[in-house]
Amino acid sequence: MANQAKHHRTVTGLVLGALMMFGFGFALVPLYDVFCEITGLNGKVDLVQAEPSTFIDHSRQVKLQMVAVNNETMPWRFRPVSSMVELAPGEMHQTAYLARNLTEGFMIAQAVPSVSPSEAAPYLEKINCFCFERQPLKGQEEKEMPLVVSISPELPEHIHTITLSYTLFDITPEQKAELAGQGRSSL
Amino acid sequence: MNTSVAVSHHHGPASGISRWLFTTNHKDIGTLYLWFSFLMFLTGGCMALLIRAELFQPGLQLIQPDFFNQMTTMHGLIMVFGAVMPAFVGLANWMIPLMVGAPDMALPRMNNWSFWILPFAFAMMISTLFMDGGAPNFGWTFYAPLSTTYAPPSVTFFIFAVHMMGISSIMGAINIIATILNLRAPGMTMMKLPLFVWTWLITAFLLIAVMPVLAGVVTMMLMDIHFGTSFFDAAGGGDPVLFQHVFWFFGHPEVYIMILPAFGIVSEIIPTFARKKLFGYASMVYATASIAVLSFVVWAHHMFTVGLPLAGELFFMFATMLIAVPTGVKVFNWVATMFRGSMTFETPMLFALAFVVLFTIGGFSGLMLAIAPVDFQYHDTYFVVAHFHYVLVPGAVFAIMAGAYYWLPKWCGNYYNETMGKVHFWCNFIGVNITFFPMHFIGLAGMPRRIPDYALQFADFNAIATVGAFIFGFSQLIFLYNVISCIRNSKPASDRVWEGSHGLEWTVASPAPYHSFSEPPQVK
Repeated sequence: MANQAKHHRTVTGLVLGALMMFGFGFALVPLYDVFCEITGLNGKVDLVQAEPSTFIDHSRQVKLQMVAVNNETMPWRFRPVSSMVELAPGEMHQTAYLARNLTEGFMIAQAVPSVSPSEAAPYLEKINCFCFERQPLKGQEEKEMPLVVSISPELPEHIHTITLSYTLFDITPEQKAELAGQGRSSL
Repeated sequence: MNTSVAVSHHHGPASGISRWLFTTNHKDIGTLYLWFSFLMFLTGGCMALLIRAELFQPGLQLIQPDFFNQMTTMHGLIMVFGAVMPAFVGLANWMIPLMVGAPDMALPRMNNWSFWILPFAFAMMISTLFMDGGAPNFGWTFYAPLSTTYAPPSVTFFIFAVHMMGISSIMGAINIIATILNLRAPGMTMMKLPLFVWTWLITAFLLIAVMPVLAGVVTMMLMDIHFGTSFFDAAGGGDPVLFQHVFWFFGHPEVYIMILPAFGIVSEIIPTFARKKLFGYASMVYATASIAVLSFVVWAHHMFTVGLPLAGELFFMFATMLIAVPTGVKVFNWVATMFRGSMTFETPMLFALAFVVLFTIGGFSGLMLAIAPVDFQYHDTYFVVAHFHYVLVPGAVFAIMAGAYYWLPKWCGNYYNETMGKVHFWCNFIGVNITFFPMHFIGLAGMPRRIPDYALQFADFNAIATVGAFIFGFSQLIFLYNVISCIRNSKPASDRVWEGSHGLEWTVASPAPYHSFSEPPQVK
């Protein structure tokens, strides 16, 4: 019947459309990151190691403020060694954050960086950062976590102060589950 | 008018419960959808009354804050997915085949499926109220991490219920598109389609575009909760703001899914009772289509305060304001249709007129919310509650009521009681305004939404709103009584039903025979 064939065509197209939109929902996840990366919006900082710059712009100084935040019930003591430094763009700066696990048990943490103003995010280059790795600490253990940053000489002239904020998340339960999962699969 | 009344070659409906369980008849399924949505309307309404009763006075009197949150969440979900959307699908099932001259929906078996999934989805959703940890309590927008990290265990049932509703809506939308595109009677060209059919065609495309995105976002939640992914968890490299972006990419087109068919219903009713042709038919079609297209690029106006960059705030602010243009075209056309018409004010017309006025008020408060700097003050206050209830209750719900009264004589062959209909209308009109108008003021004064207790200065307006809510809620029983007595026994209706009625659905007998248009009518 002519109608059956027409319905078949219409329905196939619409079902494919629905499936595509289901996929598009998931594609929004990377698209969203790509969009933020291209536009430098959201203050999202890419967790990639940067190459040190060779040129130092001594004509100006930029204030770099460092902030530490504990996420919700994270019980560690977490703070920067120095909370502010003045840097010439291109100059490499070595500092650290201090973390102490105040509980008696083993815990794993992950620090997530954020830069304000978001316009400055692409110009803050992390040559080495503790946020590249998970931080395991035994009970009452203390650790100095290294951070090497520089500010790109291409930083727009009107930015004089940059705030680098780290939020420390407790990822112990998830990590343990993952380790247990790996244990099972390797058996 | 007389030749197109179809003669049935088939048997009538089966008898007993199996008629409703196995039916593939578009009229039966439409009826099921409409009764189901009315049941959900009363269920969600009872929750709303519980919320309003708690807010009658400051302090905690009746329910605990956690249960209050469960009520706001369930009220929103049930009204959006259980009452408004199925009511529109029910009207579409009943009327679209009659309006385009088709014998039935294109895919009758699937039609049965799309309805019968719904009672199971909502049984699952409502059952969460009786589970350990209670029902979902994170608001109908279920923002992560409230709905992931901090969610009660019942969230998994909520996720599957949303999946089932989504599948039901998508199947319904596919069916409607196939019917409209493939089963039109000879001569029924696209630009002759009644506006209710046009608005539903566009709505169905919106459903197919965004319901899968909703399915995607709840699937991501499911994976974050049970499979250790970190879509919305910053510690694992995800982003809670991502949830809001994906949700509102669904959510904004969703609010137009709930209003475009209402535009269609009102565009049918006003010409009938103004006894004039609809003013600006083509511009109505184009305005509906442009509203639908614009709905995809304005989602972040729900998120002005999450820390969007200035460029984003500006873009979403202006794109949102742009929607006022096609909406203004529609309101203008409705008013122009009435201009110098011979108007009468039967119940459907009263609801349609109230729709035009009150929906416009809701549209204006929407424009205020669209202004990003101003939204920083209004965000998450009762002003927002006032805004979206003005577009959904005297907007979508009044249009559904108008449609129900308008087509009821065609469905059951009898006129409803006009006096009772008018009493119902005036109770609704007064009740709705007493409920939601004061919310503008308490919102501007700073009362936040979704709280069970509030500061003393908001007490008077809250007490007034509660009184209005009870008037509105209990007046629905008048409607229920009127519908039942109309079905049982009442004055028989003529085929035309209304003096000024026009269109194919009025050429079949009243009540509409079980099988209509077995021979396609000729449209001149």
